[in-house]
Amino acid sequence: MIWILSGFVIWGVGWRLNIWLSHKPKTSFTRLAVPIIFGITLIAMWECFVRGLEISPVLLPPPSMIAVAFAESTNILWEDFVQTVIKGALSGYIIGCGAAFLTAIAIDRFPFLQRGLLPVGNFVAALPIIGMAPILVMWFGFDWQSKAAVVVVMVFFPMLVNTVQGLQASDHMQRDLMRTYAASYAQTLIKLRLPAAMPFIFNGLKIATTLALIGAIVAEFFGSPIKGMGFRISTSVGQLALDLVWAEIVVAAVVGSAFYGGVALLEKAVTSWHPSQRG
Amino acid sequence: MRNVLPVLTVVIAIFVLWYAGAVALNAAWAHDKAKRAGVELTTSELIADTMSQKKPKLPPPHQVGAEIWKTTGAMVIKGKAFSKRSLLYHTGITLSSTLLGFAMGTALGIALAVGIVYNRTMDMSVMPWVIASQTIPILAIAPMIIVVLNAVGISGLLPKAVISMYLSFFPVVVGMVKGLRSPDHMQLDQMKTWNANSNQEFWKLRLPSSMPYLFTSLKIAMAASLVGAIVGELPTGAVAGLGARLLGGSYYGQTIQIWSALLVAAALAAGLVGLIGLFQKIVLKRMGMAR
Repeated sequence: MIWILSGFVIWGVGWRLNIWLSHKPKTSFTRLAVPIIFGITLIAMWECFVRGLEISPVLLPPPSMIAVAFAESTNILWEDFVQTVIKGALSGYIIGCGAAFLTAIAIDRFPFLQRGLLPVGNFVAALPIIGMAPILVMWFGFDWQSKAAVVVVMVFFPMLVNTVQGLQASDHMQRDLMRTYAASYAQTLIKLRLPAAMPFIFNGLKIATTLALIGAIVAEFFGSPIKGMGFRISTSVGQLALDLVWAEIVVAAVVGSAFYGGVALLEKAVTSWHPSQRG
Repeated sequence: MRNVLPVLTVVIAIFVLWYAGAVALNAAWAHDKAKRAGVELTTSELIADTMSQKKPKLPPPHQVGAEIWKTTGAMVIKGKAFSKRSLLYHTGITLSSTLLGFAMGTALGIALAVGIVYNRTMDMSVMPWVIASQTIPILAIAPMIIVVLNAVGISGLLPKAVISMYLSFFPVVVGMVKGLRSPDHMQLDQMKTWNANSNQEFWKLRLPSSMPYLFTSLKIAMAASLVGAIVGELPTGAVAGLGARLLGGSYYGQTIQIWSALLVAAALAAGLVGLIGLFQKIVLKRMGMAR
């Protein structure tokens, strides 16, 4: 009973604090503090209600138990991290985005291909590509190569569509100006069109970060060596070791956010001139 | 209309590549078989064999097409449209959880967006978490959600729909927040001069002007919802649904079955998104917002 009560008290205090903070003038401090307080309140309420309502840890372990499991199995988590994120997701991400980028530049020279590929690419980007996973696992074997292949297929089309759109972003006046400077195709591409395409390219790269992790993890459901985050999640669910599953989820969440955040930081550095980055 | 020719060219190119890939990938097995039988294969025999293997590495399009017809149209003609071997049955199951999840996700998304637009505290505390929630690979948690909900006694449609909901609420929130904030100061001031209360402002100005944003997000949400439903079917032990067909096919090496499930899923996605597009055209036209 005391747990449930304190859960409600924490909720009330956290919410009050946030209301008070959010009605102060917006500074970088309040902008950071409000979501953090919200998150901490949620976790504290989770802990209190799981203990107070005596929910079995098999169903929903409290955060403290997850933290313990996390600390106890760091070497397993590290092994899975290397297998899934570094070998599977990251290599696939680099290959897929690189290939899409080069394809987009090649397509860009041929308006005919562009008009044909854009609608098809848009269509394919909406398809459940993740369904390709079992086929690719069959082709490339159980190890990380098949995971990387799934990631390549998943990130290719969103990246392609975004890059092709980005390469069209520079307007006629600017291109005409380059012509009056007698700039060659390569010069126009490097000095005008690629910089102008950067916001679009980074949009594609950001979408691809989450897709890459999802692809690598889900592909492991269809067969994998005895390590990897997807493998660990599906087998630990079977053993009802939910604290380990949640520890893996924490890793996935942190990696996903860090990956996205890293690309976003890079975007900020590269496209500092763009209106969306100014204040 | 001028895009028809280029698109057709690309589609034909994809089919040509598909056939070429089928020959290349299946040739190894054909050679293997011929070697054991002790015969030499001519090129035409080789191609004929790669086109008609039972468990090819990459089934050519016509084999997949035949399989799809066998499990849908032919079943309908025989009057067994919804037997367990029929793809229509599996598609129906996936479709129902997709639609339920989509409806739940849209409702949640719109509710959150209204809260975010009208409540400063919610805007500052919830919005960052909505964005962060999508950097978590939710699909990875799918098996756990299913098992846990099963243990509490919730099974069947709802757990899969929950996963679809989680994937589909995000584009709706983002689109609706943008849409509800799209009326400019002039329009909001105009509402003020008419002495409109916030209720009227919402129903007569903000909601109508958010419609174009809503439909764009709905299309993304529908595609995401279908992915969620398919992945949600994987850990249920390959019982029913398109995801189960994929998993079953991968267990038994039935490549043709995998490809046919995949193509049906693709057609389903295209159909659902197209339906929303049609609805969008009609609604926006009647609202006088068609471009």
